[in-house]
Amino acid sequence: MRHYEVTFIADPVLSGDEVKATAQHIQDELKRFGANIVAVDEMGLRQLAYPINKRSSGVYYCIEFACEAADFIGKFELNMKRNEKLLRFLTVKLDKYGVKYNDDKRNGLIGKRAAAKKAAEEAAALALEDSLTPDVIDLDA
Amino acid sequence: MAASREDVKFLSNPRIGLRRKKYCRFRKFGIKYIDYKDPDFLLQFINEQGKLLPRRITGNSLKYQRRVATAVKRARHLAILPFLADLMK
Repeated sequence: MRHYEVTFIADPVLSGDEVKATAQHIQDELKRFGANIVAVDEMGLRQLAYPINKRSSGVYYCIEFACEAADFIGKFELNMKRNEKLLRFLTVKLDKYGVKYNDDKRNGLIGKRAAAKKAAEEAAALALEDSLTPDVIDLDA
Repeated sequence: MAASREDVKFLSNPRIGLRRKKYCRFRKFGIKYIDYKDPDFLLQFINEQGKLLPRRITGNSLKYQRRVATAVKRARHLAILPFLADLMK
């Protein structure tokens, strides 16, 4: 089983529904070629680092898929190239570490330290609020 | 009263002038995969013009420097990182 990942940038001029329909169309196409979709990551509207086709932002999508025979990738990329709703795309083969990384990322293991820090800060803020409220009540009483 | 030899030894920091040994952060922390979609991480390996930093400065091993280079190039293709920039940092 080979794992691949295709990242593409959809045109920001399209409406939200059209962007979703484009992403769905690409997934359907992959399925028709006999690949199973592992995950779809909608990365949302982002600023581009440089303008592409006179657009300065784009909607990023990342689809991870697995397949037995990879002879369709060429055809798939040709279709992507002909799709005028896309600004850019990139298909990448994932090694075993890449597959593991994506798994971990979906389970929230990547950036754990940052997440833990955020949670701690929120807890601290809540504790602060709790410690403040009784004082206010006391003052009112 | 004059300081004894024992005290004089600690008056100046003996670590001044010693260079810290560089190391490959991927080998040290066991990072096996470099994500090309994560600009904040890749920012550590490029200078303010968006150029790749040499191994001489980052201390990466050859294997991981190659992977960093590939990841940065992929990020540039997808407009996650710029090809050229001024004052990125």
